[in-house]
Amino acid sequence: MTPVFTYTKGMTENATSYCPGCTHGIANRIIMEVLDEMGMLGNTIGVGSIGCSVTIHQFMDIDMLESAHGRAPAVASGIRRAQPDKIVFTYQGDGDLSSIGTGEIVHAAHRGEKFTTFFINNAIYGMTGGQMAPTTLIGQKTTTSPEGRTVEQAGKPLRISEMLASIDGAAYIERCALDSPAHVRAAKRAVRKAFEVQLQGLGFGLVEFLSTCPSNWGLAPKDALVWLRENMIPYYPLGVIKEPEGLK
Amino acid sequence: MAEKVLMKGNEAFAEAAIRGGARFYFGYPITPQSEIPEYMARELKKRGGAFLQAESELGAINMTYGCASAGGNVFISSSSPGIALMQEGMSFLCSAEVPCTILNVSRGGPGVGGIQPGQADYFQMTRGGGNGDYRIPTYAPANIQEAVDIIYDAPFLADEIRNPVAILADGMMGQMMEPVALPEPKKQIMPEDVAAYKPWALTGYNAKPDGKRVVVKSLRLQPEMLEQHVEMLFEKYHRLEKELVRHESVDLEGAEIVFVAFGTMSRLCTEAMEILAEKGVKAGLIRPITIWPFPYGAFDEIDYGATKAVISTELSMGQMMEDVKIGVSGRLPVELIHRTGGMIPTSIEVAEKAMKILEARK
Amino acid sequence: MTTKLFFAGSGGQGILTMGQMVAYGAMAEEKPVTFLPSYGPEMRGGTSNCTVVVSDDKPVSCPVIYEADAVVVMNLPSLLKFESMVKPGGKLFVNSSIIDQKPTRDDIEVISVPTIELAEKCGTTRAANIVMWGALVRSTGVISYDSAQHVMEKVFSGSKARFLPMDKLAFDAFEI
Repeated sequence: MTPVFTYTKGMTENATSYCPGCTHGIANRIIMEVLDEMGMLGNTIGVGSIGCSVTIHQFMDIDMLESAHGRAPAVASGIRRAQPDKIVFTYQGDGDLSSIGTGEIVHAAHRGEKFTTFFINNAIYGMTGGQMAPTTLIGQKTTTSPEGRTVEQAGKPLRISEMLASIDGAAYIERCALDSPAHVRAAKRAVRKAFEVQLQGLGFGLVEFLSTCPSNWGLAPKDALVWLRENMIPYYPLGVIKEPEGLK
Repeated sequence: MAEKVLMKGNEAFAEAAIRGGARFYFGYPITPQSEIPEYMARELKKRGGAFLQAESELGAINMTYGCASAGGNVFISSSSPGIALMQEGMSFLCSAEVPCTILNVSRGGPGVGGIQPGQADYFQMTRGGGNGDYRIPTYAPANIQEAVDIIYDAPFLADEIRNPVAILADGMMGQMMEPVALPEPKKQIMPEDVAAYKPWALTGYNAKPDGKRVVVKSLRLQPEMLEQHVEMLFEKYHRLEKELVRHESVDLEGAEIVFVAFGTMSRLCTEAMEILAEKGVKAGLIRPITIWPFPYGAFDEIDYGATKAVISTELSMGQMMEDVKIGVSGRLPVELIHRTGGMIPTSIEVAEKAMKILEARK
Repeated sequence: MTTKLFFAGSGGQGILTMGQMVAYGAMAEEKPVTFLPSYGPEMRGGTSNCTVVVSDDKPVSCPVIYEADAVVVMNLPSLLKFESMVKPGGKLFVNSSIIDQKPTRDDIEVISVPTIELAEKCGTTRAANIVMWGALVRSTGVISYDSAQHVMEKVFSGSKARFLPMDKLAFDAFEI
């Protein structure tokens, strides 16, 4: 019998702790698929963070470190010094990266650190129960913006990728979405490109994944995909924001 | 022994760390220890390591967490408020059993406080400001040579016990100069050696002889697992309490007054003892060299028949006094002589205050 | 036996250099020594002072002093602030080139050194602190004459070697 589908090499056989319909699992998987295709699973060190992906080391079957809230880019900078020849990446959500970890991510980009960050943007704090994030959209209801986010209360949503692209040390920045098969295929191509940028020593790279949080958005998984498409993509446009010259 | 050189404390500390095997330094400038990152920036690269100026002390301790988890031998330093920012990371390092060496060249607090020497980080260093159950062995040297010898041993001690090791100095020790003999450099552990020396370190699993992956973490969501982990850590800490504890006792036999003091303050007490001796008063000294583990056992050496007063002598408001009371265990009342906020008493001031305490007891 | 020295003046007057040079000399003589500078945000151009304690035998117990065997003051504010620090019978070295006020105590020995005028005769006013240092070292004997020569040769080497002959003259310029 020919198997038509198997576990992704690089993913453990543990069931993930992500909610039904959440797109974290897709992001985890395409990163591991790319590392497998590159033959680099055994030469990679991943850094998880705090949030829904805090147990990511139970799903990604490679050397992993679990870091404190927002600090993953500093941790990865340290790993890079001790293991200069390995692939190093961080995997961070928007509560982690765009709020408590802005200092660390800005300065990792500013130093042109040669690692890759995967940034999951679902416009909300997931694990802590659906609070407002810096990425939460205007009008979006969360447990800490119960009447919907207003500009007066919390300013406008932060576009992390555009902000980081303005830093010289950031070599490659692309925003993708995980709402459709076509977008997922594009996201996988972006992951591959980000690792190539790292291997070629061209500077810091970040791939932002627009993701769903059906549980905290209060939507069915399918409706969450539509909500992402109709609300997030217009504010967070997809595509390459910055690309290095000389990428082979 | 090597020929002596006259060195500023901070530079001697940095050199001792490099010679002791530290290859990496992550730091943020803060007075009175900025000569250390400056020294590391000049020296580490040409000696096979790397220096990185962090965006903050939070960044520095987390760079340390990453680098040390990947097998790098890391030495970091800061001063009081900077150490406070590092406490979050120290808790993670202890839980994940990741080694490093941390030097606090302390100053007066609380808050930004001042930049003159202080010992008010006693609680911060011995109790820790980070969350959870953990301990960090902390040394409190009294002169530059002793600090150099302790810092030189620290990187490999940390590796051996898989825990951070801390040194509490103060601004005075950092800024002053004394002749010092520097030990011979130890062999450094290079990236290609890490998998063999530190099987627990992140190297990518291809580098491991057994090909098994490694996870460095502090998360344990099931309370049973977390409790078991903490109990395991404390088995280690209880062993270290016995193995690492160090102190020096001076002239305790027949002493009417016993000073308890560490670091800079112990040097003032030594001179106060000479002043008291001229007045016919015999004084002794218990000098903790480790402040965690604290040398509680040293207090059994006191000549309780002769001693009228045990005096915790500190550049803080009686922080160490709490440990002194535990050590004395009610056998005598414990007194306090202190200055704080960066003020240093003179030895004559210490001697006079001690005389008053003694007279009140007679 | 310990010798406790205190140096005070303003930044740029070579205060720390004087203290360090005593410490180098003591170390060369294998004597325990401590050098403790003042430090703080006011350092550049502001007040500067340092303490040196030299021991003949056992390690220096305390690098902080409350009285000194000899105090060097290079400007007026330092005289006003630190005259009281000289122990009875001790020595106060006053930079008389710029301090026109007289010390008030009569239980100490006051040595007035016209540092700038004497340094000028040696070829450079830059050596004013060495004139003072020479007066201090030769008067107190805290380090030997030979050690002092050796220290100057070490400190004034490389790019500073051209100053050495003038500094050696400056060292002997003040008649004790």
